[in-house]
Amino acid sequence: MSDMMDDMEGGEGVVKKFMFVNRKAPHGTIYALEGLEVVLISAAFDQDVSMVFTDDGVYELIKGVNTKGIEVKDFSKTYRALEGYDIEKLYVEKASMEARGLTEDDLIVDVTVLDSAEMASLMAEQDVVISF
Amino acid sequence: MLHIVNKSATERNSLESCLRMATKGSAVLLIEDAVYAATKGSAAAAKIQAAMADLQIYALGPDMEARGMAGRVLDGVKLVDYGGFVDLVTEHSTCQSWL
Repeated sequence: MSDMMDDMEGGEGVVKKFMFVNRKAPHGTIYALEGLEVVLISAAFDQDVSMVFTDDGVYELIKGVNTKGIEVKDFSKTYRALEGYDIEKLYVEKASMEARGLTEDDLIVDVTVLDSAEMASLMAEQDVVISF
Repeated sequence: MLHIVNKSATERNSLESCLRMATKGSAVLLIEDAVYAATKGSAAAAKIQAAMADLQIYALGPDMEARGMAGRVLDGVKLVDYGGFVDLVTEHSTCQSWL
């Protein structure tokens, strides 16, 4: 994480392309929530931030969550606040979404759906990639 | 035997191993990230449906709800609450958790 901060503070006016890759379902592990919090922190550094949701990470964006029964924070609504922090580049891998029987209508935020080749080239053009 | 699975079937092979070892008449309880397997359109849906011929499949309702999946549960899968979880544990002489 200190590497990331170094990159983010790399110099006055330097803007790098940061990609946060989310591959875990929410709640079962802490990765999804931690990833979201790091992205929110990254907003303070005025960088070019993308968030990618692939594999089980697509489950992070599902609508209609109710966490009362398991007594943990429902952070799914926080994804809707990302726009307010100028984090608007949200990408979902098509194959991951479809393999889970999901469509864009099931997601809590507007996303850009990419096929695997498009996702791969987007990843390849980043300066920094951070995985959760 | 009550088999308990808590890992996503699209991330780990716990469910697959469990279904391979569970014998006829056993119960399988899906909790935490394992509940996704019992939802319509999931990659594991066909395996769960096939397994229901020999096994009773349960899923923890609060975990389904927390993941926004309560409306997508496969037909034939019984949802239980925490009280039902305890009942299942007491009704079966042995439990195996597929961590």
